[in-house]
Amino acid sequence: MRPLTDEETKTMFEKLSKYIGENIKLLIDRPDGTYCFRLHNDRVYYMSEKILKLATNISRDKLVSVGTCFGKVTKTQKFRLHITALDFLAPYAKFKVWVKPGSEQSFLYGNHIMKSGLGRITENTSQYQGVVVYSMSDVPLGFGVAAKTTQECRRVDPMSIVVFHQADIGEYIRSEDTLT
Amino acid sequence: MASCSIEDVLAKAERDEAEKLRSIAVNKELDLEFDPGHLLAFDKNRVDTREFKDNKGEDFLRSLARDNTQLLINEIWKLPTEKVDEVIVAKLPDSTTPLPREKPAPKPKPPTKWEQFAKLKGIQKKKKTNMVWDEVHKEWKRRWGYKRANDDTKEWLIEVPVTADPNEDQFAKRNKAKKERVARNEYNRLKNVARAQKIKVPGIGLAPTSQQSKSELAQAVNVAKISTASVGKFQEKLPKEKTSKNTGKKRKFQPLIGDFGSEKQKQLDLLKVMDSKKPRLDVTKAVNKQMREEDRESAQKSKKSFGKKGRKGNMSGKGKGKGMAGGKGKGKGMAGGKGPKGKGRKPNMKQGKR
Repeated sequence: MRPLTDEETKTMFEKLSKYIGENIKLLIDRPDGTYCFRLHNDRVYYMSEKILKLATNISRDKLVSVGTCFGKVTKTQKFRLHITALDFLAPYAKFKVWVKPGSEQSFLYGNHIMKSGLGRITENTSQYQGVVVYSMSDVPLGFGVAAKTTQECRRVDPMSIVVFHQADIGEYIRSEDTLT
Repeated sequence: MASCSIEDVLAKAERDEAEKLRSIAVNKELDLEFDPGHLLAFDKNRVDTREFKDNKGEDFLRSLARDNTQLLINEIWKLPTEKVDEVIVAKLPDSTTPLPREKPAPKPKPPTKWEQFAKLKGIQKKKKTNMVWDEVHKEWKRRWGYKRANDDTKEWLIEVPVTADPNEDQFAKRNKAKKERVARNEYNRLKNVARAQKIKVPGIGLAPTSQQSKSELAQAVNVAKISTASVGKFQEKLPKEKTSKNTGKKRKFQPLIGDFGSEKQKQLDLLKVMDSKKPRLDVTKAVNKQMREEDRESAQKSKKSFGKKGRKGNMSGKGKGKGMAGGKGKGKGMAGGKGPKGKGRKPNMKQGKR
């Protein structure tokens, strides 16, 4: 486990800012204690200082997970968000998409969201903007990338993709062994 | 009184004489063992404990030491003497007692790279005879060195191999190869020395090999570049030249539990920098906004003709509003949303406020 280097921090923040914009500040600067990002096994974990200090008692090869996994740094030094980060991203999300109950299941199976399944979308969403996907009852389901702007969404046909799937809570079951 | 005193004096002188004589000749039950080379004497006699207690230890020890020293000095006088600068000097023989050495025993030499390899492979040294039969001269000659047998440096003719370039000087080629072998051997020797002394082996640009690989050449270039007085700081670069990898600073990570305050500050600064790099005006966003304005205007125009009904901003679909949630009826298709049947509410899809 180690702190992130400047480059890693930057790539991660760039990815996070696609979803929560400048709200990253609220993750770093928290009134309820010191929280930090740490890299372990190429995965970025977000944890409180207290947890971190406890985790130092566990040897590196035995430590599976600590705090909340935000994502992993790929071999090409890109950052990939994991669904485990949803709990922290959802409250700060700037752009949201609500899916209809009918296509909720499809999304949770890892499919993109079609226009026909789109319930609501935040105004002003631009193309390729990171969005957090909610069910109609405001339960966060995952996140994706807007394939079309809000304006375009009105005009496209029902079978075209409006949100690209990135991660969903179905992964907790589908990729149970790789999520940490 | 006077006579008495004279007798006394004489007697005393006699006693003194006797004492002197007695003191030179010391009687011991067992003879001492001497090692005059180290000026050493061993007294193997038993210590008389009773006498030791009666005589008060100190005196007993002192007399014993004196006697033994006397014996040692007697032994020294037996040695051949000579006079050096009016001083009598005895010549000490070689010592017979082995003493432990002053310095620790030297460590075995660390094996060379070849010795390591030979041990691993189980290669053993074979003794070769020094003299070898020379077929040409019909006589025995040394295997190596001056006037060696079968000397290939003294050949007056070398056959040109079929594959070789006919214009190549085979003699020069042979000499060059020999020189390179010698240089390589010397370099390996230095490497062995450096390894034995645990010094870092200095990297050389190019080891003499027949063919350099790409990586070897790259390494040579890198070494040559930094081999200037300014360690290559002002070295010119070719256009599009790649910087060398694995040279320079090793990356070092921050401590796991360091200063959390400064870590936080650093991240906040980074965010600030990232924020400032965003363009103020997002063109696509601005265009979208413009389009929305136009949409709204046109919607209002059409609304006016159908009578006013405020837009419900919410999704919950109060009353007759056919929201997307229900997903039925005429409000379904967004593409064909501009039909005349929608009670004037053009956008079927509601937009949530963020």
